[in-house]
Amino acid sequence: MSIRTVTFDAIVVGGGGAGMRASLQMAQSGFKTALISKVFPTRSHTVSAQGGITCAIASSDPNDDWRWHMYDTVKGSDYIGDQDAIEYMCSVGPEAVFELEHMGLPFSRTEEGRIYQRPFGGQSKNFGEGGQAARTCAAADRTGHALLHALYQQNLKNGTQFYSEWYAIDLVTVGDKVAGVIACCIETGEVVFFKAKATVFATGGAGRIYSSTTNALINTGDGIGMALRTGVPVQDIEMWQFHPTGIAGAGVLVTEGCRGEGGYLVNKDGERFMERYAPNAKDLAGRDVVARAMMMEILDGRGCGPNGDHVYLKMDHLGEEVLHSRLPGICELSITFGHADPVKEPIPVVPTCHYMMGGVPTNIHGQALRLSGGHEGEAKQIDGLFAVGEVACVSVHGANRLGGNSLLDLVVFGRAAGLYIEDALRQGMEQAEPTADDLDRATARMRRWEDSTGGESVAELRNALQSTMQNAFGVFRKGDLMQDGVKKVAELRERIANGHLEDKSKAFNTARIEALELDNLLEVAEATAIAAEGRNESRGAHSRYDFPDRDDENWLCHSIFDPNTKKLGKRDVNFKPKTVDTFQPKVRTY
Amino acid sequence: MVTSVTSLGRNGLYDWLIQRVTALILGVYFIFTMGWLMTHSGVDYLTWKAFMGSLCMQIANTLVFFSVSAHAWVGLWTVTTDYITTLQFGSKATFARLTAQLVIALLTLVYLLWGLVMIWGGA
Amino acid sequence: MKVSIYRYNPETDKEPYMKEYDIDTQGKDLMVLDVLNLVKEKDPTLGYRRSCREGVCGSDGMNMNGKNGLACITALSTVAPGVLEGRKPLILRPLPGLPVVRDLVVDMTMFYNQYEKVQPYLQNDTPAPAIERLQSPEEREKIDGLYECILCACCSTSCPSFWWNPEKFLGPAALLQSYRFLADSRDLATDERLSKLDDPFSLFRCRGIMNCVSVCPKGLNPTRAIGHIREMLLERGV
Repeated sequence: MSIRTVTFDAIVVGGGGAGMRASLQMAQSGFKTALISKVFPTRSHTVSAQGGITCAIASSDPNDDWRWHMYDTVKGSDYIGDQDAIEYMCSVGPEAVFELEHMGLPFSRTEEGRIYQRPFGGQSKNFGEGGQAARTCAAADRTGHALLHALYQQNLKNGTQFYSEWYAIDLVTVGDKVAGVIACCIETGEVVFFKAKATVFATGGAGRIYSSTTNALINTGDGIGMALRTGVPVQDIEMWQFHPTGIAGAGVLVTEGCRGEGGYLVNKDGERFMERYAPNAKDLAGRDVVARAMMMEILDGRGCGPNGDHVYLKMDHLGEEVLHSRLPGICELSITFGHADPVKEPIPVVPTCHYMMGGVPTNIHGQALRLSGGHEGEAKQIDGLFAVGEVACVSVHGANRLGGNSLLDLVVFGRAAGLYIEDALRQGMEQAEPTADDLDRATARMRRWEDSTGGESVAELRNALQSTMQNAFGVFRKGDLMQDGVKKVAELRERIANGHLEDKSKAFNTARIEALELDNLLEVAEATAIAAEGRNESRGAHSRYDFPDRDDENWLCHSIFDPNTKKLGKRDVNFKPKTVDTFQPKVRTY
Repeated sequence: MVTSVTSLGRNGLYDWLIQRVTALILGVYFIFTMGWLMTHSGVDYLTWKAFMGSLCMQIANTLVFFSVSAHAWVGLWTVTTDYITTLQFGSKATFARLTAQLVIALLTLVYLLWGLVMIWGGA
Repeated sequence: MKVSIYRYNPETDKEPYMKEYDIDTQGKDLMVLDVLNLVKEKDPTLGYRRSCREGVCGSDGMNMNGKNGLACITALSTVAPGVLEGRKPLILRPLPGLPVVRDLVVDMTMFYNQYEKVQPYLQNDTPAPAIERLQSPEEREKIDGLYECILCACCSTSCPSFWWNPEKFLGPAALLQSYRFLADSRDLATDERLSKLDDPFSLFRCRGIMNCVSVCPKGLNPTRAIGHIREMLLERGV
């Protein structure tokens, strides 16, 4: 099969915050950079981020210190976040945030003219001793939108070549090296080989493996799927964050900033129940803690509504002015999707799948890693492959991400990868040269769907996969249920391999894209299921009935899912920050 | 920046301002004339002629004729550039638009000159 | 309920047609996007864009019973009276005025081109400080109602002036973004920006029809922004 080739210095797959920050860095330095995105870049899921970007810029508190932020993040991660990476993110953060401001991001302001910061969950001053901090830089409650548009605008200015509405199908590998990706133009159906010395995955999360999620419909784990199919492992993939405040029924997110601004959760008796679960931080405890508390209230029969299946987020005491100036988008969403005006009544909320802490393991330069010599081996870089943002696991979030740290992760590591690649390109990066067979391998799954003549429909298979994941791998997990889930996912692998794509037309064929996305959802779901079943402890977002305690002796480590063997391995957590002392694991209370 | 050589002011702001200022002149003139008519009952040809023949009204009428012409030109030019385009007329659009604009320009000029002759011709 | 959808596949159809579907919504007041998803489960060949499904990404702008809007935040009960009850069909068409790629998907190139023309990025060549550039809350307030645009194109494609001159008239969305930077106290390219808007088309084709205001799913007001730019041009030119 002959295939058109386009050549770049670097290609970025994904047009969200991380991808556009990386492409901007390289385009600014004059490297020929392409950005492939399956949607027009400003329609990427970063646009939905609401509350803000957490960073010690010392606006709200002039004495704020990035080390305090680091402490919070390490604690939030339940101690399996890599401390060198967290140190890098928190210390470089202010520079990265100020750059965003210089690019034009319209942050809200304080009276002094500085960036407005609001309190978020898990934030403290003075290493947990100084009370609640306000460290999340915000543009009202549309920070993600403001950030994504500012980055797109800067990319336009700097001449990044956009391939909007192009869908990346698979990595092209030459032995262990990555030579680029195969991508398909959604509008015409044309399949093209994007050849580059550096391929950066910035494909975001995969919340759509669950039936109820705050994630956009496009969050189908395409990068994870592509990585796993070429034998690249994933790390801590069992760690899925359930956001406490998804609007019940709709799954749409309302920001943690609601609680940061003074809102709180109540059960059916009107009790502010978080006081019982987290006496100090209350509603601003870690997300995993709050989500579990909510589920416990609901399971104990203190849920609200006719079915007792949600709790209420109360904000009416904040007053119309605060709500309309600080949380205007939330008011809109709540009225549209929750049928409740927060000015007058509480919003019905329920913990909802929100964020994938795991992903492709990388170092702080975004270089993807694989373990050499089996799944207990040393981490080794993969030539030509980088990953940034939610698809990557650096790991700064460990077992539980703090609110506002995802946007920081995007810009800090998008930028870091860009800086690293620039440097490497200047010194001369090698371009792997694929053979026809290599290209063939990367188009195989597309041909599989093209050649399908009968079988189950994509929608049917996707629904089955999502409900399996929802039932067996939710907020609380149980060994037998998960084993059953693993089996069901294995069966689904067979069924999806025989799935049917009926519409084989070329022009803007969204059915084909959905079929290709389903392959990726399956890869993520399988890795999640096996990793979750394998981690025999409760840590951060991973909470098991049958192993209710944290087990530092056996599991103070990353899990590594190896797609070749489908087995779970372990990798050491980095406890060696460069400029500060190690934060030793402690019992995690809020 | 879109260039256009046939617009009156060759500039959007200028055209826009011409439209507004001429409209204002026409409005004031209309109200004044109506006011005069209402306050003078039983106006016959002679009173009317005397009123219009005064220097004040001659100047006002001249202004009005210039205003009508400019206003019409800017407005009709806009209409031709909205509706006589490749979207509706394909490859013949430019020819059709230029022809229409020429006809409108000539007519406007003819009316203007005719009006001036009426006002100042002393008939 | 009855759903009538504009269908066109350039590979198989000579011309577009309206296709009827019977969809069981169980009487629920679903969003139009939910209905589309139900249709797509029955007929996977239907093409439409969607992403965030909560009204912030701007993917699913379309024409619903004659009015442009976002399918994901338009409830059946608000489309038109009688639609929710099934007395009237839900009629879905692509955004008007742009070439149709397939079904409800339009080619937005012209729309994006106009956006790019206004240089939609902050311009400030003075050396950046080590921290953020300061901006008072009052200065910052001036870009409220402007930066929130999601580029869904509902406004520009409901604007007759944009229909007639999509290549020359920038359209409400691009002009709103133009003013977003003109109004930003940190942007220093005011004069250059204004001189690019001074011709008879780019901005001055706005006739104040205000369709843009009536359809904007984010409640923004491009007509007012255009008015502000005109005032700035006047101030500068007189």
